[in-house]
Amino acid sequence: MAEPALLTVENLSVEFHARGKIVQAVRNVSWQVNRGETLAILGESGSGKSVSSSAVMGLIDSPPGHITAGRALFQGQDLLTLTKDERREINGRRIAMIFQDPLAHLNPVYPVGWQVAEAMRVHGVPPSEARARAVALLERVGIPHAAARMNAYPHEFSGGQRQRIMIAMAVAMKPDLLIADEPTTALDVTVQAQILTLLSELRDETGMGLVLITHDLGVVAQHADRMVVMKDGEVVETGRVADVFRAPAHDYTRRLLGAAPGKLPFRVPDEAAELLLEVQGLVKSFHLRGRFLREAAREVRALDGVSFALRKGETLGIVGESGSGKTTLARVLLRLMEPSSGSVRYRGQDVFAMSKEQVFAFRRRVQVVFQDPTASLNPRMTVEEIIGEHWAIHPEALPAEGRRAAVEKLLVQVGLDPAHARRHPHQFSGGQRQRIAIARALSLKPEVILCDEAVSALDVSVQAQVIELLKDIQKQYGLSFIFIAHDLPVVRDFADRVLVMHRGQIVEQGPTGAVFTAPQADYTRTLLAASPKADPTHRPQRRAGERL
Amino acid sequence: MMALTSTDMKGPAAMTLAAPEPGRLAPLLAMLWRDKFASCAALILLVTVFAALIGPAFLTEAATTMNLRARNAPPFEMARGLAYILGGDSLGRGILPRIIVATQNTMMIAASAVLSSLVIGTVLGLIAGYRGGWVGDVILRLTDILMSFPSLLLAMVVLYVFDPSIGNVIFVLALTRIPIYLRTTRAEVLEVRTRMFVTAALVAGAGPLRIILRHILPIIAPTLLTIATLDFAFVMLAEASLSFLGLGVQAPEVTWGVMVAEGRNYLANAWWLAFWPGLAITLVTMSLNLLSNWLRVVTDPVQRWRLERRMPSNG
Repeated sequence: MAEPALLTVENLSVEFHARGKIVQAVRNVSWQVNRGETLAILGESGSGKSVSSSAVMGLIDSPPGHITAGRALFQGQDLLTLTKDERREINGRRIAMIFQDPLAHLNPVYPVGWQVAEAMRVHGVPPSEARARAVALLERVGIPHAAARMNAYPHEFSGGQRQRIMIAMAVAMKPDLLIADEPTTALDVTVQAQILTLLSELRDETGMGLVLITHDLGVVAQHADRMVVMKDGEVVETGRVADVFRAPAHDYTRRLLGAAPGKLPFRVPDEAAELLLEVQGLVKSFHLRGRFLREAAREVRALDGVSFALRKGETLGIVGESGSGKTTLARVLLRLMEPSSGSVRYRGQDVFAMSKEQVFAFRRRVQVVFQDPTASLNPRMTVEEIIGEHWAIHPEALPAEGRRAAVEKLLVQVGLDPAHARRHPHQFSGGQRQRIAIARALSLKPEVILCDEAVSALDVSVQAQVIELLKDIQKQYGLSFIFIAHDLPVVRDFADRVLVMHRGQIVEQGPTGAVFTAPQADYTRTLLAASPKADPTHRPQRRAGERL
Repeated sequence: MMALTSTDMKGPAAMTLAAPEPGRLAPLLAMLWRDKFASCAALILLVTVFAALIGPAFLTEAATTMNLRARNAPPFEMARGLAYILGGDSLGRGILPRIIVATQNTMMIAASAVLSSLVIGTVLGLIAGYRGGWVGDVILRLTDILMSFPSLLLAMVVLYVFDPSIGNVIFVLALTRIPIYLRTTRAEVLEVRTRMFVTAALVAGAGPLRIILRHILPIIAPTLLTIATLDFAFVMLAEASLSFLGLGVQAPEVTWGVMVAEGRNYLANAWWLAFWPGLAITLVTMSLNLLSNWLRVVTDPVQRWRLERRMPSNG
């Protein structure tokens, strides 16, 4: 390439001082990005993937952070030695950045139009011109009726629209480089596809460079030109996306690619197995009070005629985007919420007509693993107390003297060191905490475990391990799983049958193989198309002006 | 895929687990020693408790003997003996023995009032927050009524109707402080009960008592404890104002608050009358606050490491 690189990071090292210790966040990191190309920085949590871009933007707090070595050359200027005034000239105008959580970065008390215009006014654009350009920008990033919505506040927009507004602010000054730090992690897959497509279009229109920081192999495969793989603060591999995916040079990259879900043969459901759970015509409606007295109360159906069955020893995958009603369904199945109508039968028994004793017995058989293991474990209890609590609640399940040994056995089973039973949850990593939550769910030898987004918060490699663990447990005990997720590839590998939810209704259900290879419903097809495949050779052709 | 299993297993694994259960007191004392402020605070409180327990038995005589030549005697003069080292009050009684003798009443009133309002307020707050419904509404409206009266006015009315005795002073002070604990508890319960680990316990079949005692109370206890220690000072001063109005502790009984109130008239020419008992109030309150701060850190597993011995190296 004849043209010199837009931004070159050379041998950057950053360390943080915390708790009297020095932590090397990144060591000797080098990468470069050219005009008109997308560079992906791929890494799991704690790999230091965001640190180098923070250094470029001057966002590293010092103390505790220190840049100990390296240069970041942007059009011949070293960004790491700028004065505050020089920094202001570059940030926002020449290099812009967008973040994962747009709600946290938009000011809730100002209208969005004002905020977009503000991004230009601070760089000297006259107010009237700034306002006109803000309308055009919002129009461009796909906010419908932009001129009319200039005075709307951030909370009046959906998550995807907020991210579009952030993008509008970022590209307002036509920057040479846009850094996007996990821009779509908090969004649904269909929205994610739209946002990433928008970013690629803007890059092509303006010729800016794009740095995409992500943990998602699919996003890299579908949207990046070159990639940098980071692990433990070091760059382990650099190269063109197609080359890296075809022939990964580093061991870690190979393992990461190997851990990506969606490659196993489909599981086949056993139709003869015993029926455990039968759900018939479940409806849960909420009444929203209308504004003032004019409007009548509006009824919103979070669940609308949901029916399915769960057999012994099978995994039922429930897939849906946010707002599809899958969390409401989980709460109803766990008997934490009463449905408006319809029935849930457990081994023929109506769950909502049970006596107190029957509910107590039901609680023993149906257990749950939640999405966020940090929130679902009491921070003040030791692991032993957390796992043992279920036996304290159901003392008939296990006599007191056998509990300590049983806790240790469970810890070994989920792959943890039994010597750690006296530790508290904060002393474990996210994946380990999820293992503790699984051990807790197993303690009463249940028949059904409901996993509500149980692996969504985990890194890809950890995700693969936890699912492997769940499969082992299933084989060993003949457990049934209800596996709720928004991530299609994960469900594809683990579920026997899949149920796709959209706006409170089941739009499709059937054996996993059938749903994935021959989807019947339009929505399922949209979902499958939007889910980024970890394979750069299968990029869908982008049509001009396409908006999903 | 299985080759990856080890990456998730490392972490703080190199650290060996704590030695096989020694006594519980020894490590606690070691952690107290690590926080020098908390150690001083504990010492001051020990002295206070000691004074409260045995002071009146030995020093009542010294504290009540009047020596008119020592009226408003300045402090730090050894000529009149050790009893007057902190000076003499307006009736020529030694300030030091009076402070020591007053410790018992002061501590008893403040501790009883704070403890009872803490317990009653927390229990009602837990009910209002966890159960809610009409019971919760009734509890809240009652507190609103209580809060809408200036607390001193309420105390005066009650003490005017009943006898101004130590028991009634405690009752009135406790009553006026209940809303603070109640409202704080309720607000915290409403937040904590929606947390995931509470839901997890519910799904396991835990009853309300277990959820409140094992999952909610331990989370909100540090906040309540901090409020209680701050309230300690407020109650001591409120008792002083009541006594000043003649509705609190009656002479010859004495409290620190009464001493501060008495000394107020002489602030211009004999500052030590109000200063020494005031200093005692400040010291006790500050010590309680420091100690509760230490206690909060010790009982929080996430923060406890700050007070534990540094491990030589833990990878």
